[in-house]
This record gives sequence, structure tokens and C-alpha cells, in this order.
Amino acid sequence: MEREQRPEPLVHIEGLTRSYGYRKILRGINLDLGAGEILTIFGPNGAGKSTLIRVLSTLLKPGEGIVRIAGHDLRREEEDLRREIGVVAHRSFVYGGLTARENLHFYASLYGCSGAQERVEKLLTMVGLEERKDDPVRTFSRGMEQRLAIARAILHDPKVLLLDEPYTGLDQHAVRILNAALLDVRRQGKGIILTTHDLGRGLEISDRVAILVSGRIVYQERAANIGLQELESVYYEYVGEKIGWGT
Amino acid sequence: MGYLNLIRIILWKDITTELRTKEIITSLLVFTLLVALIFAFAFDPGSQQMRELAPGILWVAFTFGGVLGLNRSFMAEKENDCLQGILLSPIDRGAIYLGKMIGNVLFMGIIEIFTFPVFAAFLNLPLFEVILRLVVVMALSTIGFAAVGTLFAAMSVNTRTREVMLPILLFPVAVPVIIAAVKATGKVLAGDPLGDAADWLKLLGVFDVIFVVICFLTFEYVVEE
Repeated sequence: MEREQRPEPLVHIEGLTRSYGYRKILRGINLDLGAGEILTIFGPNGAGKSTLIRVLSTLLKPGEGIVRIAGHDLRREEEDLRREIGVVAHRSFVYGGLTARENLHFYASLYGCSGAQERVEKLLTMVGLEERKDDPVRTFSRGMEQRLAIARAILHDPKVLLLDEPYTGLDQHAVRILNAALLDVRRQGKGIILTTHDLGRGLEISDRVAILVSGRIVYQERAANIGLQELESVYYEYVGEKIGWGT
Repeated sequence: MGYLNLIRIILWKDITTELRTKEIITSLLVFTLLVALIFAFAFDPGSQQMRELAPGILWVAFTFGGVLGLNRSFMAEKENDCLQGILLSPIDRGAIYLGKMIGNVLFMGIIEIFTFPVFAAFLNLPLFEVILRLVVVMALSTIGFAAVGTLFAAMSVNTRTREVMLPILLFPVAVPVIIAAVKATGKVLAGDPLGDAADWLKLLGVFDVIFVVICFLTFEYVVEE
């Protein structure tokens, strides 16, 4: 009997560790992300969510373990891997002294995007900033700046999008734009890993959810198999246990 | 994408941001003019004492002003974690260093061009007779200072005491540049031919080459956590 050849996942993480000095932040993370899939990682403050995103985005060196993103090894093919990822973090990575359009053109140049002019205009319209595109970013609200950050992250058409607490400080309009952008990216067969505290928002948009506590993935489930109430009780069971006030 | 093109992109971003905010140029200009003014009042312009001190005064103003500029140049990268945004892109870290360094040389050079005539007027220094020779000394000195300064500014920007940390890190390493710059400037202001300052100029040239290469190679490790 022929064995079925399983396609390589878009993101493969196996036994990933990372420490700051003697303090272990990630303690053997195992995760896979398929094409066209949104994985949301929930976890309390200090669980290691941001560290995980920073390691995956090459901003932090990994400890032990294997990480492959879009077929590229994190240790050996950093530069190729960076072409395949887009990152939205707590901070927007955009220059206050430049206009929205200049910021996107600047990043498009760094990524060597072809057809940058057209792509920039399209993205500015998509995130609802076409009327403010020639204003310096320092005059933008937090929500507008975060919308620009989303445009910057998908500017080079990455295969994997990494988002660290993307909903923080966003108004309802920006949340809708973000969710629409994420669903659009998923429709194109790309993968998304996002971290958030917000169980409702995270569950609503995800295909799969995971809970990270003290640097370990303690729970994984398909979003279709779990409701919000059940997720809340599972979450507080693990998180509450850890911090000593279990529900 | 070509390496030179990457450097040009980083440089374009720094120049465009500066043209809009004028944060670096303004702070450097005000600082160096204040130094010129203070020394003009402290010493008798045109005196022998002033002629001896002038090169030192010039480089005190340029180096301390330069530290302010270097700090500002990386503060812009710290705002919104923009440096991390650049680090996420698939480009060589060396190109980021060279782009930032050339930008810093440019900003310091502009300040030197604008403030030297003011120093010349306040301190009664020769200007037109020495200008070409002085440009050579200034260029070599500024490149060396900015080469080391750009690396240390990238290093100190993540510390809480960055304003203090940068000069503490920078000045011990930049001492050869500062001494050579003061000595060569002294020769030029005294009206000596450039050949008389050849040893100092060679020292500046060698320092520039060595430190541009070292800083270019080590920048990657400095910006990574």
C-alpha cells in the first residue's frame, strides 16, 4: 500500500526553546501551521507569546529546536525566511516623520517589491488611509497607525503573517479592517499566527487555537470544536492553576 | 537589489525625515553656535591664547554636537521600534550601518560647513585662506567619528541612560580621531601647508578605514538581541 505523502506545513516548530539568561521563556514549543490556516495563541502576560513571535520573525535567536517557515530553516536561511513573513507587533515600525505613502514606499524598496507604486496605493485604500496618505504618520491616531502597520506587514505579499497582540488599542473600525485583512490573507492560502489575550476575538477568526502558559503549549484544539464558554473555562483552568487562583 | 541601492534607501529615509523634522540639524546648530559664543566671550578673540585654543574649541563643539546628533539619529529608529521594522526586511545589516553612517557624516558635515564661518568670525580665525585644507581635515575626522559613533549609538539607544552612555562608550575609542583632528586643524589654522599635518592625516585615514570596516562587520551583532 502506498503511503500518503503529507505536504510540509507552512510553519513547523519542533522543540523550540529560548532563554533570557537563566530564565527559560520558551520550553520546547511544538506547533505546525498549514496553508490557509489561522492559529491563535492565547496566554497570560509573561507566558512567552511575544518571545515566540520575535523568535519566529528572526528578531531573537532561537535556543534549541527546529523552526521552518515556508521551507526555510530559521537558523540557516534567515534572509530568505524574512521575505516570507510579515509581522505586526505592539509597535507599528513606521516613521512618524514620513507620510503613510512614504513609509510604505520605503519598506517596499527594502523588500524589492515589484510594482510598488500600484501595490502601495491599493493597500492604502484597503486600510482606509487613502485620504490621509500624504500626512505625516505622527499626526495619526493609534488605530490609523496600526492600520498602516497592517499594510506594511502584507506589502511584500508574505506567505506567513505573524501578529503579536494586534487588537491592542484598536478602535472598532480598525478591528474590522484587521479581521478583513486576515481573512483575505487566509483566502490566498497563506498562514497566520496571532497572539492575543482576547479569547472572543481570537476564537472568532481562528481555525485553530492554542494556549501558551509558562513557555509551554498546554492546549491545542480546532476552533470549530470549541465554543467561547468552553474555551474560557479551559483557559482559566490552565492559567488560573499556574497563578494560584484556579476557578 | 544592489547594495548601493539599499544604502541609498536608508539614506533617503534619514534625509527625508530630517528635512521634515529638522531635529538633528537644529539641535546641532544651536549647540555648536552656543559653544562658539561662550568661548568668544571667555577668551580674547585674536589673541595668541585664542589661536592656540581654537582647534580644541572647534572640535569640542563638533564632537559634543556630534554626540547629540548621533543620539537623535537613533532615537528616530527607536520611535515605534522602526529599527526592528528594518531588521525584519531581507537586507544585509551592513547596508543599514553604512546608510546610517553616511547620513551622520552628512549631518555633521552640514553643521561644520555652517558653523565654521561663525567660529571664524567670533574667534577671529582665518577662513578663506585655509578652507580647502580644512575641508580635508574635517572630512577625514568626521568620517572616523561618525563611523565609531554610529555603531555605539545603535548600541546605547536601547539603554535607559543613552545620553550618558554614548559619550562614555564613544570618546575613549574616538580619542585618536579627536587628537589627530585637533592637531591637524591647528596646523591648518596656523597657515602651514597640508604636508606638515601629513602624519595626523595618515592616522585619520588609517583610523577611518579600520573602523568603518570593523563597525560594518560588527553592526549585525550590535543590533541583534
